[in-house]
Amino acid sequence: MNHRRIINDYIWAILFALFSLGSLFLGFEPGQKIYLNFYQFILEMASFLPLMFLLIGLFDVWVPKEKVEKHVGQESGLPGSFWVILLATLQAGPLYGAFPVAYLLSKKGASVRNIFIYLSTFSCMKIPLMTFEIGFLGLKFSILRTLFTLPVFFIIGILMEKYLGKDYKVRSGGSE
Amino acid sequence: MSILIIATILCLLLSLAIDRKKTYEGCRRGLKMFLDILPTLLTVIILVSAFLYLIPGETLESILGIKSGPLGVLIAALIGSIALIPGFIAYPLARIFLDRGIPPTTVAVFITTLIMVGILTLPLEIKFFGKKAALMRNFLSFLGAIIIGLLVGYFL
Repeated sequence: MNHRRIINDYIWAILFALFSLGSLFLGFEPGQKIYLNFYQFILEMASFLPLMFLLIGLFDVWVPKEKVEKHVGQESGLPGSFWVILLATLQAGPLYGAFPVAYLLSKKGASVRNIFIYLSTFSCMKIPLMTFEIGFLGLKFSILRTLFTLPVFFIIGILMEKYLGKDYKVRSGGSE
Repeated sequence: MSILIIATILCLLLSLAIDRKKTYEGCRRGLKMFLDILPTLLTVIILVSAFLYLIPGETLESILGIKSGPLGVLIAALIGSIALIPGFIAYPLARIFLDRGIPPTTVAVFITTLIMVGILTLPLEIKFFGKKAALMRNFLSFLGAIIIGLLVGYFL
């Protein structure tokens, strides 16, 4: 990787670093507050993302494609969807943490429908988040929401598969 | 979070015990994916940080409180789609909204769009899924979230 490409890739991060430093020296309060938000998000990210990528890498080399394809692939039906939902509920963190997992599932032969069911489930049925929801909004709210959410997830998965075709693949996220 | 750390260490040790070379290759692949996505991720986090500063919770509350009925629901859905607030802030915030008399339907739509639709994270989603799929997923989730929110509000 050459220097120009690195600068290109990180241009916003570099500008933001300069902006934050400037805000600190000039006592520009909005800049400092934005930096504090940024710092909290980075802490949140640093607490789980590197580990997740490590697990994804290990999963990639150890789990054979046939296994994934058999359980959550094209022919897996309802049990396949059940497995991706289970996988999603056990995870934690913001939605973007699910994107690399979706890539890996796709690479290993998971069906398009199951990939999008996985994404939707990840977005709002993670157990750690659910405990939070129950705590603040009550058990009734949580149960109702989950109840109505599941069919919607299946519909979204089926529509996405129709729209994108069965051969659609998630990309690795890197620059092409 | 600590479960993740324990799981990762166990998997790593197990993998090392069985095959060192494969373990090394797995770590390399994981690291490469992480580095590939890091620039976009940083950009998104910067956007979100600025957003949280510019539009704090009180502002959201005053916007959501203006209108009730269909228009209120639509406003809640739009704000929920754009905003990116982590769950540990969003749920307490939703509680405050409810306590201050904002209708449950509005709050439910807001929370559901908030977690299912991500306009600010679109650049990241497009990197993985392509423009077509990312836009469609967000659009369908937007509609889905409104339906879910309305149903929850109706039965609550």
